[in-house]
Amino acid sequence: MVNEKSFAPWDDPDARPLIRFERVTKRFGDFTAIDDLTLDIYEREFFALLGPSGCGKTTMMRMLAGFEEPSEGQILLSGRDIAHVPPNKRAVNMMFQSYALFPHLSVWDNIAFGLRREGKPKEQIEARVQEMLRLTRLEKFARRKPHQISGGQRQRVALARSLAKAPKLLLLDEPLGALDRKLREETQFELMDIQEKTGTTFVIVTHDQEEAMTVASRVAVMDEGRIVQVATPDVIYEAPTSVYVADFIGDVNLIRGTARARDAGPAPEPDAAAPEAVDPVPGAAAPLPQPEGRRPQPNAMGKWLHDRVLYRILGRRPDEPRQLPPPEPARAPAQPAPAPAATPEIPPGGIEIRWSEDTPPLIAANGDPALDGKPVVLALRPEKLGIARERPAAANLLQGKVIDIGYLGNISTYHVELPDGTMVKAQITNTRRVSRRDITWEDEVWLSFSPTAGVVLEE
Amino acid sequence: MRRAVLIVIPYLWLLALFLIPFVIVLKISLSDVALARPPYMPQLDLSEGWAGIRDFFAALDFENFVFLTTDDLYFKAYLSSLRIAVTATLITLVVGYPIAYGMARAAPEWRPTLLMLVILPFWTSFLIRVYSWMGILSNEGVLNQFLIGLGVIGEPLQILNTNTAVYIGIVYTYLPFMILPIYAALEKMDESLLEAAEDLGASRLSAFWLVTVPLSRSGIVAGCFLVLIPSIGEFVIPSLLGGSDTLMIGKVLWEEFFSNRDWPVASAVAVILLLILIIPIVLFQRSEDKAREAGK
Ligand SMILES: Nc1ncnc2c1ncn2[C@@H]1O[C@H](COP(=O)(O)OP(=O)(O)O)[C@@H](O)[C@H]1O
Ligand SMILES: [Mg+2]
Repeated sequence: MVNEKSFAPWDDPDARPLIRFERVTKRFGDFTAIDDLTLDIYEREFFALLGPSGCGKTTMMRMLAGFEEPSEGQILLSGRDIAHVPPNKRAVNMMFQSYALFPHLSVWDNIAFGLRREGKPKEQIEARVQEMLRLTRLEKFARRKPHQISGGQRQRVALARSLAKAPKLLLLDEPLGALDRKLREETQFELMDIQEKTGTTFVIVTHDQEEAMTVASRVAVMDEGRIVQVATPDVIYEAPTSVYVADFIGDVNLIRGTARARDAGPAPEPDAAAPEAVDPVPGAAAPLPQPEGRRPQPNAMGKWLHDRVLYRILGRRPDEPRQLPPPEPARAPAQPAPAPAATPEIPPGGIEIRWSEDTPPLIAANGDPALDGKPVVLALRPEKLGIARERPAAANLLQGKVIDIGYLGNISTYHVELPDGTMVKAQITNTRRVSRRDITWEDEVWLSFSPTAGVVLEE
Repeated sequence: MRRAVLIVIPYLWLLALFLIPFVIVLKISLSDVALARPPYMPQLDLSEGWAGIRDFFAALDFENFVFLTTDDLYFKAYLSSLRIAVTATLITLVVGYPIAYGMARAAPEWRPTLLMLVILPFWTSFLIRVYSWMGILSNEGVLNQFLIGLGVIGEPLQILNTNTAVYIGIVYTYLPFMILPIYAALEKMDESLLEAAEDLGASRLSAFWLVTVPLSRSGIVAGCFLVLIPSIGEFVIPSLLGGSDTLMIGKVLWEEFFSNRDWPVASAVAVILLLILIIPIVLFQRSEDKAREAGK
């Protein structure tokens, strides 16, 4: 829902940003908290600042709210430099990391605080507070003091209070940090809902990448006072531009090696040669390539149980088990004439990565041939790897031993050790029950991935 | 069992240091003045047994309390003490609050030093400190000489032996009692609350009135009572710094005890004073309980 195709003002050269950071530097003494940072945020965006603790997220928020002034550069709000506008004169409200609710005021009065400062008529204030209470589902707690409600309710009061004045820009500093997972997810959707209803521009700080991916229209990944990459969540995830971003967002396997340009072939796909080309069909790139004829089969116990007991209820077991056809090997849909599964089509061009003496190089058809001879890192998401006991037909294969299996309910993560000691994670959706999966600890397995599954990054 | 012992200790303390002396004073206030040693009657004579106890209680009466109502000196003295104490408390608040505020906002490494400076005067005798104010405030005193030297005034100001000097003395003496609880309340306050107030459109000043003051209320109340209660009965400050027209009940009490040697009337004055003080003490307790309820 956040990725509505129509909403992408950052791609529109005529769009004017609501906020513009122009070469902003912020120093505390001789410590540089924000380092020469330039950034545009557009109206109606849900913009997430993501980064490890201490990278300067709160400092950026405080500069927007007016509690800190940039040491250098300027911050423009709707085109106006706001350096000398005090916090109480900015159409910006902030939800504090600590909530900062007034302990001597009731929930109602906390929410009304900002409205009263505007000197609005009483009926208007009452109506607005009532609306906010309804929005955040706090009607029942209006008369309570902050210490008489739970952490999650307090967080909602803080949210209602900062929303009450209908600010142009709402700053949320780790707003959901104190909530447990379920409430957190609920509130994330609530936030997105509120954002859609009110049309306010949100800037949210978080150090939880999942949260950023869920709520944001765009994500900025920060490191030590700088922005490393700004992009939509899917681009951040699928096409990180640096090892730092790839490593910070989600799980990733990093395979280090040396690039070697491949033959461009007769008609190189322009798509495949582009360095940032995203795997065209992310979901389809990761299937488990299975050799022909290999089907899930009941084990001996299952067969016995069925043939002796269950057939009365279920009927005879068909010789050919009823099931979906095996997934086709990974392949970009744009490519011509699918070849027989045994020899998967490998698009020409790109690079191959030599990473170990005794294994064939890995093929990255989306790698930039200009990287020839340079040390590179192939970043592979665990869910883009297939895992099988028998050697599958795939462009890229790695052999190793299962060291550990992380069972997460809906997915399982296999930790596979390659002969040289490298650990690689592969993530498989658990469509079958645990007892019926055939790969277990200490098994020799094959990991496979398509030539466009990974992202080639310069070291 | 251990808990019972722990609870009993403060009660024993209260009994020994408050209740027993109070009962003794109450007894004296119900007695009659006598040329004897001690200078009042009756004395409890336990050698007579039950009859002695009965005679003793029969001789007690409220005569002295009735006497206090016949001479309006006492009523005026109570009233004037109350007025002086309340005024002095308010001045102390006005002087003490900014000091406490400054301390609470000072860099953390400075706070222990500042606290030390507030407590430092207690290291010298109270009497000597009040005496030294006589040297400062008198017509030939440091203050007048300084002001004349600057050319601000031509004639020395008459400050010593006026109510002004009493106010100065009380404010000076009890200032730490005002500063410390307010400081404690302000120091606990989360500064992001002020930022939140400003963020929501409050100016610095209104953030102070709407957030800082209400949140330091418990400190203000505690400080005010800690100053008000001892200053109502204050004796040393009005007698050293005050003039002949400074009327305070502490001074009256002293006169009755030591000049008139009328222990029963003096005790009656003390009992009434205590009853007057109990009202603010109870109010204080109430507000403490309420603050505790509202806290965390
Ligand atoms: N008022 C301050 N004085 C000195 N250093 C500060 C101040 N505020 C923040 N910093 C430093 O700036 C860096 C960034 O802080 P912050 O923006 O709070 O990080 P985070 O990304 O965790 O929110 C941290 O190293 C912090 O120590
Ligand atoms: Mg922070």
